[in-house]
Amino acid sequence: MAYIDPHIHMVSRTTDDYRAMQLAGCVAVTEPAFWAGFDRSSPEGFRDYFVQLTEVEPARAARFGIAHHAWVCINPKEAEDLGFARAVMALLPELLAKPNVLGVGEIGLNRNTKNELAIFEEHLALAEQHDTLVLIHTPHLEDKLKGTRLILDALRRHPRLTPDRVLIDHVEEHTVAAVLDAGYWAGMTLYPDSKLNPPRAVDIVECYGSERLWVNSAGDWGHSDPLSVPKCAAEMRARGHSADAVAQLLLENPRVFLEQSGRFAVPGLSTPGR
Amino acid sequence: MGEETSKGSSSRDATVDRYFIEHRAKLLDVAAFLDRCDRATGGTAGEPGADADFRLEALRRAVGLLDDGNPERTRRILELMSDLSDTPLDASPGGAACGVPRVAPRTPDA
Ligand SMILES: [Zn+2]
Repeated sequence: MAYIDPHIHMVSRTTDDYRAMQLAGCVAVTEPAFWAGFDRSSPEGFRDYFVQLTEVEPARAARFGIAHHAWVCINPKEAEDLGFARAVMALLPELLAKPNVLGVGEIGLNRNTKNELAIFEEHLALAEQHDTLVLIHTPHLEDKLKGTRLILDALRRHPRLTPDRVLIDHVEEHTVAAVLDAGYWAGMTLYPDSKLNPPRAVDIVECYGSERLWVNSAGDWGHSDPLSVPKCAAEMRARGHSADAVAQLLLENPRVFLEQSGRFAVPGLSTPGR
Repeated sequence: MGEETSKGSSSRDATVDRYFIEHRAKLLDVAAFLDRCDRATGGTAGEPGADADFRLEALRRAVGLLDDGNPERTRRILELMSDLSDTPLDASPGGAACGVPRVAPRTPDA
């Protein structure tokens, strides 16, 4: 079964992971810029990271028949120092012009501070200016509910970003309704010790339907599972969801959102029904 | 399981058959964890045992929501373990989120 993992940090994964994802049916990934598991010592460190995201990783993915696109930003975890964050943001306009960059992401909040919020809003302004898609990270654990509310409030201050071009990721049972009700796309992240797992993600689909929802692994340098998306497909099938319903959630939905960039393409993938 | 649909078709029996043993084991994990904490010495508040830990207090309150007769247990437990304040912090508290707010959480309405 063909699927897209629309949020995964392949810079932290092995070629064995690429191989396993290819065998499981992965045809495309998109990789947001994020914290690398350690704080970079200078804004210049991000210049190299962005080369890795937009040049090195697409070539590595192509060896396994997987399309790779990227998102760029300074992540919220390293945005507490405003001067540092703005120095990284100065690199972004030329990156946003690259044909394999889909937009600004994953921006958002980490511990819900004033500085994080200021940099988040500066990224929203950048996305408005460049007319790009936006991919948003919501905070972890006890900070998620408050962070999601602050993010939704901030988005209301940027009405030029229409909700259909913004995806708010890492939703859980206490945040998904607010995101969908406001008209945004919602991302369900399958992650071993936090966020959702395949059974809970399928519970959400059964409660809310699959419109404007996508599923991702957010596989990264921490304890995570790059095959969690096909595991979600298996869970859906075991619970009587049709193959079409699985394809809608794991392939068509991300494709519809990502194609709004005008840059997302998966060579060789058929477009059923269109 | 009935016929395939776009929304799934699991019956109550099929759901229990499929998940019961797994969740029986998860419940025992929670029980064993609380037993382990009882046996441990010390504690962040200087009390004997770890009962005073704010995370354990939240966990015990969450356990109470499991069988209170109301629906949407998952959402309500997540809310119980959430920071319910609404203004951004002046500065980062440092470190990572730990799973429950450091101030005592209030029980959200069902
Ligand atoms: Zn991520």
